[in-house]
Amino acid sequence: MLSPSRPRPQRVSAVLTLFVALFLALPAHAQKQPGFQGPFALTNAQVIVAPGDTLDGGTVVIRDDSIAAVGPNVSVPSDAQAFDLSGQRIYPGFIDSGTHLGLAEVGSLPETQDFNEIGDLTAHMNALTAVNPSTVHVPTTRVHGITSVITEPENGILPGTAALIGLHGYTPEQMHLGGVTFTKLNFPSVGRQGPSDDRSPETIQKESEKALNKLNELWTEAERYARIDSAVAEQPEARRQPEFVPAMEGLLPVIRGEQSLMISANAAPDISKALDWAEERGVLDQLILSGALEGWRVADEIAAADVPVLVGSIMQPPSRESDRYDKAYRTPALLHEAGVTVALRSGKTENVRNLVFHAGFAAAHGLGKTEALRAITTTPAEIFGVADQVGTIEAGKRANLFVANGDPLQPATDVQHLFIDGYKLPLENRATKLYDEFLNRNPGLEK
Amino acid sequence: MLSAFPSRLSSALGALAAVLLVASPLQAQDQLRGDAPDDWLIQDATVLTVTNGTIENGDILVRDGNIAEVGTDLSAPSGVETYDASGEYVMPGIIEAHQHMAISNVNEATNQVTAEVGVGDVLNPYDIGIYRALAGGVTTAHVMHGSANPIGGRNETIKLRYGVTNPDRLKMDDAPRTIKFALGENPTGLYGEGRNQVPGTRMGVEQVIRTALTEAERYMEAKQAHQSGERARPPAHSERLEVLAGVLRGDILVQTHGYRADELLMLMNVFEDFGIQDLVFHHVNEGFKIAPELAAFGDDGAGATVFSDWWSYKFEVYYSTAYNAAILAENGVNASINTDIPGEQRDLYLQAAKTQRYGDLSDTQALELITINPARQLGIDDRVGSIEERKAADLAIFSEHPLSVYTEPQRTYVDGVVRFDHEEDPDDMRLRVDPEGTVDLARDGWSRHAAHSCLKGVAQLRATRNGVTLENADQ
Repeated sequence: MLSPSRPRPQRVSAVLTLFVALFLALPAHAQKQPGFQGPFALTNAQVIVAPGDTLDGGTVVIRDDSIAAVGPNVSVPSDAQAFDLSGQRIYPGFIDSGTHLGLAEVGSLPETQDFNEIGDLTAHMNALTAVNPSTVHVPTTRVHGITSVITEPENGILPGTAALIGLHGYTPEQMHLGGVTFTKLNFPSVGRQGPSDDRSPETIQKESEKALNKLNELWTEAERYARIDSAVAEQPEARRQPEFVPAMEGLLPVIRGEQSLMISANAAPDISKALDWAEERGVLDQLILSGALEGWRVADEIAAADVPVLVGSIMQPPSRESDRYDKAYRTPALLHEAGVTVALRSGKTENVRNLVFHAGFAAAHGLGKTEALRAITTTPAEIFGVADQVGTIEAGKRANLFVANGDPLQPATDVQHLFIDGYKLPLENRATKLYDEFLNRNPGLEK
Repeated sequence: MLSAFPSRLSSALGALAAVLLVASPLQAQDQLRGDAPDDWLIQDATVLTVTNGTIENGDILVRDGNIAEVGTDLSAPSGVETYDASGEYVMPGIIEAHQHMAISNVNEATNQVTAEVGVGDVLNPYDIGIYRALAGGVTTAHVMHGSANPIGGRNETIKLRYGVTNPDRLKMDDAPRTIKFALGENPTGLYGEGRNQVPGTRMGVEQVIRTALTEAERYMEAKQAHQSGERARPPAHSERLEVLAGVLRGDILVQTHGYRADELLMLMNVFEDFGIQDLVFHHVNEGFKIAPELAAFGDDGAGATVFSDWWSYKFEVYYSTAYNAAILAENGVNASINTDIPGEQRDLYLQAAKTQRYGDLSDTQALELITINPARQLGIDDRVGSIEERKAADLAIFSEHPLSVYTEPQRTYVDGVVRFDHEEDPDDMRLRVDPEGTVDLARDGWSRHAAHSCLKGVAQLRATRNGVTLENADQ
């Protein structure tokens, strides 16, 4: 990886060769599609079946949208396109546990942003509705081996539901992975919310309490709404329908214990209060914590509550000037050491691709390489209830995987092949296309 | 008389006098490292000199804060401390060509041309961001005026001597003066959309700059005419025009915020007309489109300091590529990588490493982007930017190769003084305590995203209902 120099034409010619090979091998209709299904056989690779479970010289067979076989002695099916991957590694696709991917296009243009609905209490909004499958950010993200992400709404106390999406598809429904949907709650915060937040500590405290009261009122009403709704369902003739309240309708699955509740909280007092709140409201079993920038301060409380945490973004300075400079990088490790289940989130839109480097930094700052990989593969798959579908390279799971010429968390490593739901996708995006056009611009200085 | 004093009192006075003598003004101004040595022998490291290859098991001898010798098997003269760096990597202290930390004001957003102001007047040595940058191997930063005005204020090149409390001691001696210019959405958003004033377009930006430079030319001519006796009285003094005259003379280097290829070409044309040779573009997301033109500008080419992979945060960076730095470097443009936003300055080595994924740059090429190249852009490459004898002993020591994602900074030296020590430094490195002690979630996930939007600079202003708010950055 740290070789002094690398001849550039290699990459271009490798891409060309591959392109020509594919062109020759494919039926005409597939040539115009950016992705196509196999069957494929990936041979002689080091297969990272799961973090900490590596198979040398293994073969992976992909058929339709799934992994058909994995093992040292798997034979290549006669109808499969085979890739000799000697010296390369196959990893399960990575999962980012918190993004705005698909919900925003250009940061400064509100008309291109769909994650902030108006109002504090909009629990009936669904992020999946607004996912743009054609956003320029999807191909930019997935070429780094990131095959699925949580995309979430933002504004207010109860902004709506987040969804797990796979990064290939032409409709939001095609992208929706395992039907994973959960309600998000921004827990009222006692933290300062940005450089322009010049509220006094007293004002922050007051506003946080006010927001918490608002949340409690709503939740109590929602619980009542759910009881009435259930009673009506039991005796439709004897009861009157309650007035339709969309936000409360949106909360029904959470109140009834059918849907996870993700609470976003970062300041230590917010996290403690959120855990107490969830216990009082009887939703602790459904709880997922997100953010947790100061989770290390209350790691034992989180561990005792047995609540999984989606940590991040960790690539930031600590939340207090008095904290050690690398505290945010170390948060995943400190939580893990306390016994907390940890997944990583980038918190990004256009730079979700940096999740791999976030994982690298978490690994370097105490978490270790295997745990860091778990935090972007098996652990989120388990937290979101889709461990039977994604997170490892095992027969029967979705073919969400990629091939790299080294450790994919290292910047110098290149991803060589990418499969999502069995579709082999080109490693192309706006960034690579501009590179190909402009590295040696023609005409150059003189026309 | 003295003998009349009781002996205890006189000895107490003597002790007090001794304390006053020992506590020299210099020490009193450095709360952390007042008596720290600046003579060192760093031993058995992999030395990444950047300009002269890599030395395995290399030693660096530091005397009086400068690099005295680089080689192998050097021995420590008496009185010189040694640091065993076996298994570790030493690179030149990282140089950040675009930052807004350590200043208490950023934008004098009250006029299209504000060359008379300078951030050197508002340096804040207490900013914990300086220490956090050191903890990422950064030793020099170009702290800049914002991008509100087509011609903004002067910037300041500082050495990260965290611990000193006199703001002037942050300044890098002999660093050339620099000034901020800004093109595109930020000035047109602030003046055009925000205030219905010129410039509302990229055409307007050109004319604001041409007009100001022409006025400066006439001001210089009038002064000259006065000196030669052709004119009875000198022109009315204008600090603004004095500074711009410095730009025309080449004494003050122009550092220009700009994104789109067309506006970069525009400024190069303007500067050719005015005979201005020194030009570094900042951000330059579309620099890759005109890399040959940038390389061909003037005598030495126009420099470009870019983000590793930031894009899409506003429309003028929507058609971007993370391969920008690599395309520029491969086309002979002097390129560097910066992080701009206070708080982001900790991981420049990772940002440089990304050019190995985006464009397969070699280790040396990648390291140049955060060392010697920004040094050249700031005109300080004779003092810093590489590990060479006689340069300042600004050094960053890492546990692994600095381009590995798994590396951790171990120690950072500025002028031979250890200003960051992974092992020894306590967690709390504040120089003074904020009695309110709030939890600052400024950079926290989504709330950070909101903050980030404001940080987009004045282009964001039209989306805010509460008037002009300018943040400590100017993407």
